[in-house]
Amino acid sequence: MTNAAIVASLPLLITSATAVILMLAIAVRRSHFAAVAISLAGLAVALLSLLLGPTGASHEVGSFLILDSYSVLYMAILLGAAGFVFLFAYDYLARRQEHREEFYLLVLLATTGSMVLAASRNFASFFLGLELLSVALYALIAYLRHERVCIEAGIKYLVLAASSSSILLFGLALIYSETGSMDLSQFVTISSSGPGGSVVLLAGAMLALVGIGFKLAVVPFHMWTPDVYEGAPLPVTAFVATVSKGGMFALVLRWFHPAASGGLGGAMGAVLAVIAIASMLSGNLLALRQTNVKRILAYSSIAHMGYLLVALLAGGALGVAAGTYYLIAYLVTILGAFGTMTALSGARWEAASIESYRGLFWERPVVAGVFTTMLLSLAGIPLTAGFLGKFYVLTAGAAQSRWILLFTLVLSSTIGLYYYLRIVVAMIAQPQDAVIISGADTVRVPLAAAVALAALTGLVFLLGVYPSVLWNIIVDATRSLG
Amino acid sequence: MILLSLIIVLIAGGVASWIVARRNVVAARWIAVASVVTDLAMSLGILAARAGASSSSRWFAEYDAAWIPQFGIRLHLAVDGLSLAMLLLTYFLGVMAVLASWTEIQERAGFFHFNLLWVLAGITGVFLSTDLFLFYLFWELMLVPMYFLIGIWGHERRIYASTKFFLFTQLSGLLMLIAIVALAVLHYQATGVYTFDYRQLLQTPMSPRVARLLMLGFLIAFAVKLPAFPFHTWLPDAHTEAPTAGSVVLAGLLLKTGAYGMIRFVLPIFPGPSRDIAPLMMTVGVVGILYGAVLAVGQTDLKRLVAYTSVSHMGFVLLGIFAGNQIALEGAVVQMISHGISTGALFMIAGLLQERMHTREISQMGGLWETMPALSGAGMVFAMASIGLPGLGDFVGEFLVLLGAYRASPKLTAFATLGLVVAALYGLRFVQGAFQGPNSHHWKLPDLRPREWTALGLLMICLVWIGLYPQPILRVVRPALSSSQQSTIAQEARR
Repeated sequence: MTNAAIVASLPLLITSATAVILMLAIAVRRSHFAAVAISLAGLAVALLSLLLGPTGASHEVGSFLILDSYSVLYMAILLGAAGFVFLFAYDYLARRQEHREEFYLLVLLATTGSMVLAASRNFASFFLGLELLSVALYALIAYLRHERVCIEAGIKYLVLAASSSSILLFGLALIYSETGSMDLSQFVTISSSGPGGSVVLLAGAMLALVGIGFKLAVVPFHMWTPDVYEGAPLPVTAFVATVSKGGMFALVLRWFHPAASGGLGGAMGAVLAVIAIASMLSGNLLALRQTNVKRILAYSSIAHMGYLLVALLAGGALGVAAGTYYLIAYLVTILGAFGTMTALSGARWEAASIESYRGLFWERPVVAGVFTTMLLSLAGIPLTAGFLGKFYVLTAGAAQSRWILLFTLVLSSTIGLYYYLRIVVAMIAQPQDAVIISGADTVRVPLAAAVALAALTGLVFLLGVYPSVLWNIIVDATRSLG
Repeated sequence: MILLSLIIVLIAGGVASWIVARRNVVAARWIAVASVVTDLAMSLGILAARAGASSSSRWFAEYDAAWIPQFGIRLHLAVDGLSLAMLLLTYFLGVMAVLASWTEIQERAGFFHFNLLWVLAGITGVFLSTDLFLFYLFWELMLVPMYFLIGIWGHERRIYASTKFFLFTQLSGLLMLIAIVALAVLHYQATGVYTFDYRQLLQTPMSPRVARLLMLGFLIAFAVKLPAFPFHTWLPDAHTEAPTAGSVVLAGLLLKTGAYGMIRFVLPIFPGPSRDIAPLMMTVGVVGILYGAVLAVGQTDLKRLVAYTSVSHMGFVLLGIFAGNQIALEGAVVQMISHGISTGALFMIAGLLQERMHTREISQMGGLWETMPALSGAGMVFAMASIGLPGLGDFVGEFLVLLGAYRASPKLTAFATLGLVVAALYGLRFVQGAFQGPNSHHWKLPDLRPREWTALGLLMICLVWIGLYPQPILRVVRPALSSSQQSTIAQEARR
């Protein structure tokens, strides 16, 4: 391991070290503020250390990790998202009688796992990252121990994630038994091989796809999503929706993305196309009749993962960049949405039912405006990040003539607009016929959350109006994937 | 730069009136009027500058700046005769819309004016954009404030109407986005340059089959907005439930963006396929004329009646656009403008009646001439304009359309003329039911106030002016229309 490789892996080292430092600090003296300060400082240092990392050259740490500009970009995204989760979580936890400090510890560990996923190049590191992420998530989802829904969601996730991991492991073992190699790059060759390819290899790849699809929550591996989203504490929901999915998507985009033009073909391409179409349609259709905003956003996340798969299937340099842009836009938006919900929640309840948003526009116009912006961005209305993301995905798909996928995307996002509008309708309803369940419990938006929300709203508009800078960064960073 | 400031004035005016309305609502209303009037003056300035200049270029003014260079997307605005005429209509009706809501909108007036001005900004952008990406952006952008206008200040079934309106236009708009992106990708594959520029995409070589499919993407979006016959179902709901200003903007301006899109994009970019589909579209237009008129006869809700007459009148526009000759096309443009004025005025009349009587049912009215002679008289004038009485604007448009369409298809034109007969039926039924006869409900209502007089009087003057002397409008729009046809011919020559 060369010095350069150590420097390149600094972000991972720093994040893990922060977790250790935090653990020791908790052992010495419990302090919520100190915990969040240490965690945020750790993330900031890790972000800075990314600047020292590879510029152009790629460093390989053993055969485990590949640290090139692509992984640096994704690590930056994941670290940033984790930082926002901390900002929202601080006040959320401060209002609750729990042990608060361990939350940051677990999130740091999960973030490390997600970053390992983004940088892994081999089955072992892939599985290591996945388990690091999952195990931390089991505890995080069930974090509020007094709430029954939390425990239920945690157990559900534990059982399903553990079984999907074992299926994934079996798939990887099958591939290893056939080729004798643990390299993730085999996925491309397996997926592009025609019908004459080895059955064992294909079966292994499909089983691996189960584990991957579970983490991404795409149809038909999506069953856990609404329950876990609903049951988990809001900051954890935000974390599941962003960091956990982002790391896995980084891995999929890197290793499944076809080098040759013409998009992802073969059996793998067909299966992924079916998954994408099913996710886009059923995600949006199932969300239509929900009355819980967390469940709505859970189903909408299924649909959004479907849109991301369209970019993956389109492939080529354009597809990779479009997928990355869409992912960033989605993460910024969904963080904003969950952040608003967190800021609106009181000490004993979460602002999750649509009813709790009735008349919000007239009582707290700024918060409602931010939430509306986020919903419109999810729906892909111009001037918001979501629109340009969708535009890039459409362009990538059109360049490869993936018309069926594109029409499904258009149709399903129109269906999606309906339930986003339902939330907006509730917010603009007249307050006199509002059921005010919040009452005196209504809290001011705390400072940390306000700063984070302002930043995210700014980002949504910035990415929606002036995408050039980020697009150039993405194109540079993803060039190595070609 | 002046074109960009047209949009900025409205956006800034919207924000300003939202802020000011917290302290002083009347000042907010004046800010709204002032910003629209500023834009009206600026567009008249463009017109005057053009009249003074000797330039023979089709474009009167242009603004061009880089925006997303990676995909060749530019902030490219340009105005020619057609868009200038549409802009003048936009600002004229914009002032009317603000005046119409002066007493109607009391709650949250600041946010109302913010939305109203932002709709106008979106419409301005649609009429100005010559970059297709930018066009789509404004196309979608005018939906959101319109959605709020209907959803917050509308009548009883406002949520249903606004959601339906949004979903219809969103789906059709996304189909257009696919077509736009596909067009740009085709252009890229042929030339190696990404661009969304209107004038460059005009030159895109396409196989006839691809061109037909892409044209459908555009055509569906515009047909929904126009609305053409099978896609019209959002219109009666949205128009009926919207507040007066919303109805004026919807009927007067939003529908025109559909027709404008057909003239500006469908005809020149896809000359061949649009000629192939012309008989179908003309038939659809005639069906719309008859269907809208017949349904209008049966309505009891005044705003619904006017909404269905819009379907009928937009049928004439569709017929004119696809008749394939200059006269009919000019007729369609005149019809767009005069329909905007006359229908906008009818919605204002309906709004005034509802404000005074709290009902839109024609059966609840009757004999209103006795108590409100001025309002009733104005109502009759606009109803006559709507049924195409000679001397008023709509007649000129419909006559030119029929004249041109007769060359293309005498049979369809004969059916279209039947629409005028039915129009007389609904127009007279409205006037007789609402204004004439005995005042059996013993209404005692205040007549027009000076502000309302001014607004309706200005609309009337414009209608009479177009009806008697439409030449200035034709002179302004003719170069734009003929050059869109010339580009058609040029493309044929290349084939």
